[in-house]
Amino acid sequence: MTDTQLNFDVIVVGAGPAGLSAAIELKRLGTGSVLVVEREKQAGGIPRHCLHSPYGMREWNRLMFGPAYARRLTQDALDAGVDIRCETTVTALKPNGVIDISSDAGQQTLTGRAVLLAMGARETSRSARLVGGTKPKGVMNTATLQNFAAFCDHMPFKRPVVVGTELVSFSALMTCRSHGVRPVAMLEKNGRITARAPFALAPKAMGVPLHLETQIAQIHGKRQVEAVTIIDPSGSHTLQCDGVIFTGGFRPENALLRSSGFEIDSGSLGPKIDQYGRLSDTGYYCAGNILRGIETAGWCWNEGRKVAQCIAAGLQGDLPPRTPVNVSAQASASEHAIKFTLPQAISPSDPKAPVAFDKLQLRLSDAYTGDVVIGTSTHRVSSKPERRILLPLPQSPVSQKALP
Amino acid sequence: MSKVYDVAIIGAGVIGCAIARRLTLDGARVIVLEKAPDILDGASKANSAILHTGFDAPQGSLELACVQEGYKEYEALRGQMNLPLDRCGALVLAWTEDQEARLPILMEQAHANGVEDVAPLSRTETLALESALNSTVRASFRVPRESLIDPWSAPHAYLLQALLNGADLKRDCPVLAGQFDGRQWTLTTPRGDIQATYVINAAGLYGDKVDLILLGQSSFNIRPRKGQFVVFDKMAARLTQHILLPVPTETTKGIVVCRTIWGNLLVGPTAEEQEDRETAGLDQDTLEMLRAKGAEILPELASEEVTSLYAGLRPACEHKEYQIKTHPDTNMVTVGAIRSTGLSSALGTAAHVGRLLEGLGHQAQPIKIPDLPQMGMLAEHETRDWQRAGNQGILCHCEKVTYREAMAVLNDPLAPKSFAGFKRRTRASMGRCQGFYCGQAVQSLLDEKGLEHD
Repeated sequence: MTDTQLNFDVIVVGAGPAGLSAAIELKRLGTGSVLVVEREKQAGGIPRHCLHSPYGMREWNRLMFGPAYARRLTQDALDAGVDIRCETTVTALKPNGVIDISSDAGQQTLTGRAVLLAMGARETSRSARLVGGTKPKGVMNTATLQNFAAFCDHMPFKRPVVVGTELVSFSALMTCRSHGVRPVAMLEKNGRITARAPFALAPKAMGVPLHLETQIAQIHGKRQVEAVTIIDPSGSHTLQCDGVIFTGGFRPENALLRSSGFEIDSGSLGPKIDQYGRLSDTGYYCAGNILRGIETAGWCWNEGRKVAQCIAAGLQGDLPPRTPVNVSAQASASEHAIKFTLPQAISPSDPKAPVAFDKLQLRLSDAYTGDVVIGTSTHRVSSKPERRILLPLPQSPVSQKALP
Repeated sequence: MSKVYDVAIIGAGVIGCAIARRLTLDGARVIVLEKAPDILDGASKANSAILHTGFDAPQGSLELACVQEGYKEYEALRGQMNLPLDRCGALVLAWTEDQEARLPILMEQAHANGVEDVAPLSRTETLALESALNSTVRASFRVPRESLIDPWSAPHAYLLQALLNGADLKRDCPVLAGQFDGRQWTLTTPRGDIQATYVINAAGLYGDKVDLILLGQSSFNIRPRKGQFVVFDKMAARLTQHILLPVPTETTKGIVVCRTIWGNLLVGPTAEEQEDRETAGLDQDTLEMLRAKGAEILPELASEEVTSLYAGLRPACEHKEYQIKTHPDTNMVTVGAIRSTGLSSALGTAAHVGRLLEGLGHQAQPIKIPDLPQMGMLAEHETRDWQRAGNQGILCHCEKVTYREAMAVLNDPLAPKSFAGFKRRTRASMGRCQGFYCGQAVQSLLDEKGLEHD
């Protein structure tokens, strides 16, 4: 394959775990030409700069660090015959698998018989959180911190505050501690940490005070961060520090979907898919964290693989038409508890058609114990917010083909 | 042996930059002294990026004259220097009966100010133009020539043209003291003495202080007026074509909702008096209020993502008028209290200052064929570098800033001296992810260039 090739059986947008695993699976299933376009300089996605374990257990039953995992996935894709073009940005998605790209060569148009969108997710910035104060240097998300650790010979601060207690927040702590950075505090606005309970011990083990029920109100400093104002139940306090790491609050990197006119789920902020991972334009599929914010690399890897199987079936004409019923989930005892359910629509089933999403992914925005009604069935749910909850998939509508 | 300049300009805000250009093109040997590490670091770093027609300026004021002369000159030179203009027009919206009653008065004022193309619109006509607008709007009038521009490429272009034609610039160079010996000024700075026949005080938020230092007195006192802004992501820009203005009150033009030239949508500014001349702090409650205000005007804004926040300080004072004064005994001109229309009026104010200087005896000898800088085009509605071959790839994905654009900025005679200055020139890391993807790459690029960043 050469850079002048413009038509492909499948184009994958994004070379993270979901995109690469899908590309590898597509080649394994005998798909002719598979191109992965990636806007960064190297393929591999977020794991490229996650300098810690655990990666690779689900994939290869091996415990790996992020960069090694990213290299292995990339190499596997190349070995499978996948064409990867880095430093290539998709700028528009058009009907029938036509996509506009930008690279050093300027603008070009590519066409895929199918296009998989695997653009991933990003954390919520300080600005989007409307945190007040000044705008000095040293305020960033975890990913930027990890980029400094992985690709740079110095760190952007020595004594930052870590805001948030999701899984990624502990990844930020680990990255700090392995690079000579000593966080002065970890802040959580709720009464308990967001990640699973054992992690509550981690800050103490690393010598970092954990402040629950504490919010960041103001950032101070002219050039570099000098302090933050925090508010806890006892009032407002000043904490000396030289950086602020805003962790988590992952949201799908959905700008390309929105600017291309795809409908967005107001809960997940990702696209609306059926159980085959298809969007409303059935030339387009989605997998990985573009669907919902955050899951682990292994989860995304698996999702990419499963959606790839649907894409391969689709190319053979083996997927039923996308004439779905929408999934509606209702928490009986709370109006606000449900953040999203995924997939958002169920198309007809077919014995020849593999199903990529064979469970309904449910996520709560608040802790909730009670019934969740999905279509005609009721499920008992008891969970903290932002946890993965899997429920049986609602039944498929009857295929038009099956009707007499 | 240090050189004697014709003119020393104190302050490299938009006004200082425009004056430097005007006087340089008029043949003067000019030096610009800026106390901050980079230009545009005071009042000029945050504004609503609108090129005003002056329709609502005080009748017969110097401000009005400068705004209108500035508007015309910007239109004339933007093609020569590759500066953007989005002539989207503004709507002045009435939400209450009282406001509606004031629309004819404001339109009369516009007519008196020579802005004769304003047109009244009924509620239905208003909603036909802007369908996302809250349908409780009562009436409006349209000001067709109110426009969006790039608030940074314009002043950069002005100063860059001055530099290309012989002006000098010293950054990190506050004026600490000055002596006028009857013929020329000697200004004391940490970077040595500067000698010049004339001094222009364009020190913005420090205008009164510089007058005090050089003249021993000031006829005005700067009272910084803070304005906070919330910027929404590019998808929100679909919600309005026009600049949406409220009916102004005695003290403020009020909160504007408009697109930016880069394709975002902004809501702001507030008008908050404060003592501090350095720090424009953001305040979460005010930001929430701005977000709510935006959603009140454009209901669909409620579900849009906030991209960035900023706050600026206007150099307001106890007088409403611009404080532009000549001091004939000391060869000095003070250009003070250019509080909120500086971006629009800069070129006009500069021309006015040029004439004042001639009044003081300075002889203009215009350069016949001045060099023209070509600015990078960052406007969303124009062809951008990422669309062209040879762009070296994209550095900042959200704003689609190419490596070629970044390198051009880092290598020009007005190369940034700070991270903030680089961001202003390129927009790198100013987009929706706020550096999640490119933050470290941008920093490493600046480190590589040996930029003394703050």
